[in-house]
Amino acid sequence: MTQHAHLPGPHRRGLLTAAGGLAAGLGALALTGCSGTETPRAGAGDGGGSGSGDGKPRRGGRLRAAFAGGGAGETLDPHLSNLFADAARAKALFDKLADYGPDLAARPRLAAAWEPNARLDRWKVTLREAAFHDGKPVTAADVLYSYRRIADPKQAFRARASLEPIDLSASRAPAPRTVEFVLKRPTAEFPNVLAAFGAYIVPAASGPVDFDKNPVGSGPFRFVSFAPGRSAVFRRNDAYWDGPPHLDELEIVVANEESARVNALLGGQIEYAHELNPATARAHEDKGRIGIVRLRNSAMQAFAMKTDRPPFDDPRVREAFFLIADREELVAGALSGAGEIGNDLFGKGYEYYAGELPQRAQDLGRARALLKKAGAEGLRVTLDTSPVAAGFTEAATVFRDQAAKAGVTITVRTGSKDSYWKDILDSGTLCSYRSGAMPIESHISQRLLTDSTTNATKWHHKDFDDLYQQAQSTGDPVRRAAVYTRMQRRLHAEGGFLIWGFADWILGTSLKVKGVAPDAPANTLDWARFDTVWLA
Amino acid sequence: MRRAGPAAAPLRSWAARRLLLGVAQTAAVVLLVFVLTEALPGDAAVALAGDQPDPARIAAIREAMGLDRPAYVRLLDWVAGLAHGDLGTSLASGRPVSTYLADGYGPTLLLAAVTVTPLVPLGVGLGVLAARFAGRPLDRLVSSVTLGIYAVPEFALGTLLITVFALRLGWLPPTAVGYGTDLLAHPAALVLPVLILLSRPVCSLTRLVRAGMIDALASPYAAQARRYGIAGARIRYAHALPNAMAPAAQQLARTVDWLLCGVIVVEALYVIPGLGTVLINAVAERDVPVVQGLAVVFGVTTVVLNLGADLVARRLAPRAGAAA
Repeated sequence: MTQHAHLPGPHRRGLLTAAGGLAAGLGALALTGCSGTETPRAGAGDGGGSGSGDGKPRRGGRLRAAFAGGGAGETLDPHLSNLFADAARAKALFDKLADYGPDLAARPRLAAAWEPNARLDRWKVTLREAAFHDGKPVTAADVLYSYRRIADPKQAFRARASLEPIDLSASRAPAPRTVEFVLKRPTAEFPNVLAAFGAYIVPAASGPVDFDKNPVGSGPFRFVSFAPGRSAVFRRNDAYWDGPPHLDELEIVVANEESARVNALLGGQIEYAHELNPATARAHEDKGRIGIVRLRNSAMQAFAMKTDRPPFDDPRVREAFFLIADREELVAGALSGAGEIGNDLFGKGYEYYAGELPQRAQDLGRARALLKKAGAEGLRVTLDTSPVAAGFTEAATVFRDQAAKAGVTITVRTGSKDSYWKDILDSGTLCSYRSGAMPIESHISQRLLTDSTTNATKWHHKDFDDLYQQAQSTGDPVRRAAVYTRMQRRLHAEGGFLIWGFADWILGTSLKVKGVAPDAPANTLDWARFDTVWLA
Repeated sequence: MRRAGPAAAPLRSWAARRLLLGVAQTAAVVLLVFVLTEALPGDAAVALAGDQPDPARIAAIREAMGLDRPAYVRLLDWVAGLAHGDLGTSLASGRPVSTYLADGYGPTLLLAAVTVTPLVPLGVGLGVLAARFAGRPLDRLVSSVTLGIYAVPEFALGTLLITVFALRLGWLPPTAVGYGTDLLAHPAALVLPVLILLSRPVCSLTRLVRAGMIDALASPYAAQARRYGIAGARIRYAHALPNAMAPAAQQLARTVDWLLCGVIVVEALYVIPGLGTVLINAVAERDVPVVQGLAVVFGVTTVVLNLGADLVARRLAPRAGAAA
């Protein structure tokens, strides 16, 4: 949807294409998942694991944060969250049962503990003592109501796919703060489901609820006012279970143009600007006017090869393409250096990432030899791309030139950004691809299984599906990690994703703002989190 | 002013003809916009699904939005609603389109009004000045400056002005973030956007008035007036200027289109949530009813303004056949 807005570079005249639509492309990054470490999070008092060296938090003040948004169609219904701005507003008002740490492992939030049975297909979740803004306690009934609302087949809520493992008709609430989840199959990474993007807990209601008038959640901020596409104002919830926020008030404003967000920040009209260009970051870093925060490993950057059709149904051609890529040049050219190189595997730095596999480097000689063996000399391929995300069109051009050195002719075809993700799902052979942060398990379940809903590389392998099920049925984390490593070895050797880099997500803050987590990839718990931030 | 206008009845029938034509034009615009929006790849369901294009999900969204009906049915449905003044509901949010227009209209109208007010005196004054000193340094200065500014795209000019006046000098706010629709309470935030909006129309108007004046002053009736010994100023303002103003009046109506383009850029650059922003978002979201509603508003506005301008032009220069 659109609503997205970052433009690759100032030389583009199509700036307006960005104003609405980009937020969508950029904004809507999916998540789902699981993983199960139970490390309790540091309390809000010490800045949520950030802000070390920022001194003692000071109470008070109003922080204005600018995001690219969705225009007059925006809503505060947390289950309709789609864009970054939606997520920022939803997490101010609402909580999930769990959320992702910097390594994308699930951390308890409204859930105080979770306990599986031996088969991993029944999970007992114990809720912590927390209250909604109207003073009513958060109960198991609210949890089941929220999940059933998300899973309603008549609605097309984004998180519905994430909750698919749960048999909601069989799940029960035996006690006010106990939920018994019955699953359709063993799911060792069930906590990832609880942390899924958009899986917020709302108070149970008998009829339809209008979230835009007076939304009630259990989150760190209470509702004050909301003007869709413009601004949302919240105030501190003193009764918040995780400690009250330092700020008196939080205002989330919508500014779709990146330059407008930067200018407003420089002009002192806002204190926090989400999603800046690498060029902007370079221009202002260490200049002492604004602070720049780079959230590493936030966005995977890739080319997706369709493995079910020529020329990429031949693993030798796929390997040749892995070897054609000069990753450093792609990061420098397409991300202006704001990122790091990838090794054709998703989730660098996340839990279960197979970091021990050797880093691939460009080897044009071997690439040529492999193409020759595969009978694909003089290969011609069309690469689909679109300005739907920062760096897409640049990366396509850089890669085209790299491929030419190996005798491969790539034609870059630029498509519409508003329908890009649907267009590349089934058609074409090679396309630009990106992904926001999610657990490695979610990446696999959403994109790499035979029945995955968004399998853009057409990776259909029964034995790979079986490995995934084996991982989900393995309770012991060490043995489970070994299965994940096996899956990743296979993907690294012959998968369809040529993952060349991981882009930083760049924020700008006023120098007064303290406590912004520096290590929280976009979509994790400490990203766009304002209850642990203060104004010095 | 001489009163040599056409008789009242012909004028009325001309106006009625023009109005009918205007209605037809608006209908054509709306139809064209519908066809073009339908022709864009993807629809509202696809746009909403974004990077999660799960086919089942898209199908569910389509069904919820009523997009599974054929295009002509949806158009007729919308037209039927329009007949009772109902502009339909947004696909993206389910809110009435009229609220979108009502919310976005204020800031855009304010920008347009504040822009047009100084536009006429500035453009006419500069044009008369340049014509008066035609061929001399002052004329050259006005002509080259207006041509120069005209050649700079709004976006570049806007960025330049923000950098200089807001970020370097700190005289004016760099954006209107957080002021929402209450722009009047923050007049400082209006200065730069209005300057950008003024930049191109002032230039075109100045050049038109200058050319019209020079033509009119060189015309036989101006020469005749001079032979009668009528004062230069009187010839300039009572005889030549009305003739020069006829094309300018029509140009002024066309300026509305400029304002519309400019408004889209300016709204994005200064974060002013007006109709331009609504349009950009609606197109990106493939929110057809909202795009249609905007097409009606823009179509009607353009038709009415052009009709008004042609009426004025007929009054000013009845024999010029300006009003087609």
